Amino acid sequence: MIGAVNGSPAIEVSGLYKRYGEYEAVRGIDIAVRRGEVFGLLGPNGAGKTTTVEILEGYRARTSGEVSVLGHDPARRSIELRRQIGIVLQSGGIYSHITPREALRHWAGFYPHPRAVEEVLALAGLEDQADVRSRKLSGGQLRRLDFGLALVGDPDLIFLDEPTTGFDPEARRAAWETVRSLRDLGKTIVLTTHYLDEAQALADRVAIMKDGRILAIGAPRELGVGAAHYRVAYRTPGGELVERQTDDPTALLHEITSEALARGEHLEELFVGRPSLEDVYLELTADA
Amino acid sequence: MPDVVALGWRQYRLERRMFWRNPSAAFFNFLLPLLFLAGGGAIFAGNQSALDKLVPSIAAMSIMATTFTALAYNIVFLRERGVLKRIRGTPLPTISYFGGVAANAFTNAAMQIVLVILAGRFLFGIGWPVHWLSLVVFVLAGAVCMAALGVAFAHAIPNFESTAAYVNAVFLPVVAISFYAFDSSSAPGFLKAIADALPLKPLIEGLSGAIVHGSGLGEHLDALAVIALWGIAGIFLAVRGFSWEGSRS
Repeated sequence: MIGAVNGSPAIEVSGLYKRYGEYEAVRGIDIAVRRGEVFGLLGPNGAGKTTTVEILEGYRARTSGEVSVLGHDPARRSIELRRQIGIVLQSGGIYSHITPREALRHWAGFYPHPRAVEEVLALAGLEDQADVRSRKLSGGQLRRLDFGLALVGDPDLIFLDEPTTGFDPEARRAAWETVRSLRDLGKTIVLTTHYLDEAQALADRVAIMKDGRILAIGAPRELGVGAAHYRVAYRTPGGELVERQTDDPTALLHEITSEALARGEHLEELFVGRPSLEDVYLELTADA
Repeated sequence: MPDVVALGWRQYRLERRMFWRNPSAAFFNFLLPLLFLAGGGAIFAGNQSALDKLVPSIAAMSIMATTFTALAYNIVFLRERGVLKRIRGTPLPTISYFGGVAANAFTNAAMQIVLVILAGRFLFGIGWPVHWLSLVVFVLAGAVCMAALGVAFAHAIPNFESTAAYVNAVFLPVVAISFYAFDSSSAPGFLKAIADALPLKPLIEGLSGAIVHGSGLGEHLDALAVIALWGIAGIFLAVRGFSWEGSRS
């Protein structure tokens, strides 16, 4: 039984729907998150990312569909499942009058096999603030405490909902390092973000969501390679920007440049490249 | 099961620690009723029958302040700040969490009652409580009832900024009507009827019987029944309408 569970995906979702009255926040999505991977859920605000993640976390009931998280149905809110997951909410507050050390110690008591509080303080980079009341902590320090509280139970699966929103670049890099160190520990991580570079830097696989649907799913690099693998662009002497897509850039480039040379023209802004995750994202999420 | 109790005890200890670290909460819980008592005592000095009414009235108000008011404030604050949602995502059993939170409020209510009784004994010429059993029953029933109503009422408060307005809109009129109806035999009938139907005046009567007049539980069963009915309604509404999340997220 244990072996079977370990071999199965950490999360399996099929045909997931969530309606709020008339509004359909999630419209039939399928996801399988493998154990030990960092899975990114990317999309603009209102895409349904947080609704999806909150269904997986057990905060919301789904309208229909199958959901399995570490072999449990999260809607049942079993204590067994909550012992194995850690959650970093988008905006989770903490008691004002206790210190990070006290908060971590209290939270550790919820779990059967918690990590040592000192270790979590180090992992979250809060050694210097360990005994400062949390109302005196900065926004970045509170965010690091969020990480610490999600990790102190030593969970197998960690949910990070927009973990670096509002961070300065340095704090983002630090948070990314924390996420990478968690992956190195073998944790499965589900990350929602609307930062493309964050998904590209951290996620092994990315699902791009919009309007409650998944538009594309795969490794960031693979997603960048669509049907047309390469993009060739240039500006004509008349000032018109021409963009063409091809599987064979060598031949297309030869064709374009030889024609231009034959006409004695000069191609400005000649560009050959593979579409980036950003291009794919912008293309997929652009309003028709 | 032992886990549930142990976790509830841990939560209780954390709540106690946080209570003492928050000076304004400690102030409102302890100093304010004592100031009322001191003020009333100064006004009614020498008028023993007025003092006899003042002490159980303040005692009942203290129970309402430490449970109804304090819990409504706390729950709204924790809900809007996202603390409740965070706790909901952990394996901490709901019953352990609320057990700890409620026990914290009950501790404050009990301490408050002890202070009021000591003040009555040593400052206002009232003896030690006559009916200890009746005292314990009414304090407990009043605290449970008011705590449940406080949690239920939190659901009606949309954001933390308006908590004071909402809580005072209930607390002050209820205290005023109940004190007046309990104190004055010439109060208009409709006011008396309202006060009798609310839980505070029955609580004052029960406490008055236990602390001052020596009328026991048997003579205040109707008062106890009113408190119990409000308590049951409060528990039902508190559980039914409970929201773990603020409006902003």
